[in-house]
Amino acid sequence: MAERRFTGQPASPGLALGPIHHIETKRASSERRQGSPEQERSALKDAIANAMADLEALAAVAQGDGAEILAFQIEMLADPALVEDVLPLINAGEDAASAWRQGIDEQILIYESADDDYFRARASDLRDLADRVDRILAGASLDLPNLPAGALLLAEDLAPSHFLALVAMEPTGIALTRGSKNSHIAILARGRGLPMVVGLAADAVVDATSTGEAILDGDAGLLLTTPTASTLQHYREKLSAAAAEAERAAALRGRPAVTADGTGIDVLINVDDPAAIDDDILKAADGVGLLRTEFLLIGRDSLPDEDEQFQVYADLQRRLDGKPLVIRTFDIGGDKPLAGLDLPTEANPFLGLRGIRLYLDRPDLFKPQLRALLRAATLGSLQVMLPMVTVQAEIDQTRSLMAEALSDLTSAGVDAAMPPLGIMVETPAAAIIADVLDSDFFSIGSNDLIQYVTAAARDASGGVRDLLDPGHPAIERLIGQVVNQGLASKKEVSLCGDMASEPDWLPLLLRTGLRKISVAPAALDRVKLALSEISLKARQA
Amino acid sequence: MSDKDTVTATATIGHPVGLHARPAIAFTKLAKTFKTVDIEIRGQDDQPWVDAKSIVRVMALKLRTGAVLQIRASGADAEAAIDALKGLVARDFDEDHVD
Repeated sequence: MAERRFTGQPASPGLALGPIHHIETKRASSERRQGSPEQERSALKDAIANAMADLEALAAVAQGDGAEILAFQIEMLADPALVEDVLPLINAGEDAASAWRQGIDEQILIYESADDDYFRARASDLRDLADRVDRILAGASLDLPNLPAGALLLAEDLAPSHFLALVAMEPTGIALTRGSKNSHIAILARGRGLPMVVGLAADAVVDATSTGEAILDGDAGLLLTTPTASTLQHYREKLSAAAAEAERAAALRGRPAVTADGTGIDVLINVDDPAAIDDDILKAADGVGLLRTEFLLIGRDSLPDEDEQFQVYADLQRRLDGKPLVIRTFDIGGDKPLAGLDLPTEANPFLGLRGIRLYLDRPDLFKPQLRALLRAATLGSLQVMLPMVTVQAEIDQTRSLMAEALSDLTSAGVDAAMPPLGIMVETPAAAIIADVLDSDFFSIGSNDLIQYVTAAARDASGGVRDLLDPGHPAIERLIGQVVNQGLASKKEVSLCGDMASEPDWLPLLLRTGLRKISVAPAALDRVKLALSEISLKARQA
Repeated sequence: MSDKDTVTATATIGHPVGLHARPAIAFTKLAKTFKTVDIEIRGQDDQPWVDAKSIVRVMALKLRTGAVLQIRASGADAEAAIDALKGLVARDFDEDHVD
């Protein structure tokens, strides 16, 4: 059988290699014969008791955030208030299963309609426990097969409790044909370092039923079934190299990053969603060099209000305990369109209304965010960063909007402070004139800078893709220029693009004089390890 | 709940994620230890009072951080129950989330 390659979205990084096992998760259909209301009531009571017993068995072996999810579900099931609206339906003649479904759907709705992420996320827990009771009522247990350790799981999607039950069997990776990288289980997978790919083509399932060993690449978002001997060999080597490196890298956890010849490098992390970042990683990093705030906009119909944003920014600062936190204002447009916002269609979105250009156009976006940032700035370690700056006027305009918001807040008696305001260096224009830009700090966004300097799109393929080269001498020269301008004017310069997370490019970056980088959380250990093996003196000699 | 012997108090929720899963479990568990006391809570004046011992009801209030929690209790030990619950909220539900 020929090797097949399925592409999905990376949800949790890492490589996995193992025998593929398909997990059926389709919902049970109810075929119970309805009894008297009294029998239906006791059937429901029994089903809930059995569901609790199942969850308690799972909770006994679960840890950390997994155990918390289970504890919450158990408490909900134990509460008689959960069935308060269900029992009258049964008394009125409904069968246990449909009464349960109706009653619980109303509970789910309460959470789904919340304007707060934390409460909305609980809807998935309720659906999970509702399905479990459903299945028990229908007499259908979900057949979670007994898997050998090291299996590669393939499923449509998984509920949190199924995920936890399966994780106890120590799989090597998880491939889903549906799912989302923002889901509960994706967060759990990342927390466990378990590779996961979501959104794979549905025919991966058909293929998997007849195949053995498969490869999952959680970094690239790939599933390879019936791999050839040479593909297998290639990935086996990658795996053992990764394992050896991880062991050495783990030893550097919690120690400052230093080159082989003793130069200290600040290594911060880029954060997509604070809720998905472990405190361990925050402790090991020198701060957050880039908080992408777009997570506040994703998967919702309304914009997050000032209070909600303030809480997110304040909470992350508290968790960082005085270490720096650089928050980038909403960066949308270009490759980051948003369902809730009505944005114009452009022929060249990357050269159009994106980043600061769009932001300043939309008071509904910047007003609540700037106010929330000014309030959170009173906690001390926060800095604000603007994306896609091209001209000084964009910084000036933002600064006067911030001054305006500050005076509004203080005259209303609200605590607020003016944080440092810096920019992402992404446009060649900004890189070339960094010495004359009035900005408190610079952070080089290498992904966009490379695409604009080489005129090769980030999603290019073929020969154009080869032009999108971080090693192009123009890139090194421009980065060096910005670093030197920063040194001359005593302004901090850092780099937060993908380049900094790639050990291969670190020697080039250090050569430019750069001493501060911000990397993907998963790359923190390997970057520190790579830095410890670079000698600056040897390079100069 | 009769007005006679009813003790009331307020407490501001300082926990960064509000009164959700973990804090709500801690809160209702503590409330349940006061078997002789009827305890009810609500967030704002326009919310109905709900049973403080029911996690389903407590969660459905969707109290976020900064919300002012109103607590009322009646029965023997009502005073002690209020003190204990107020203390739990003030201690951020005994969680070490700041570290």
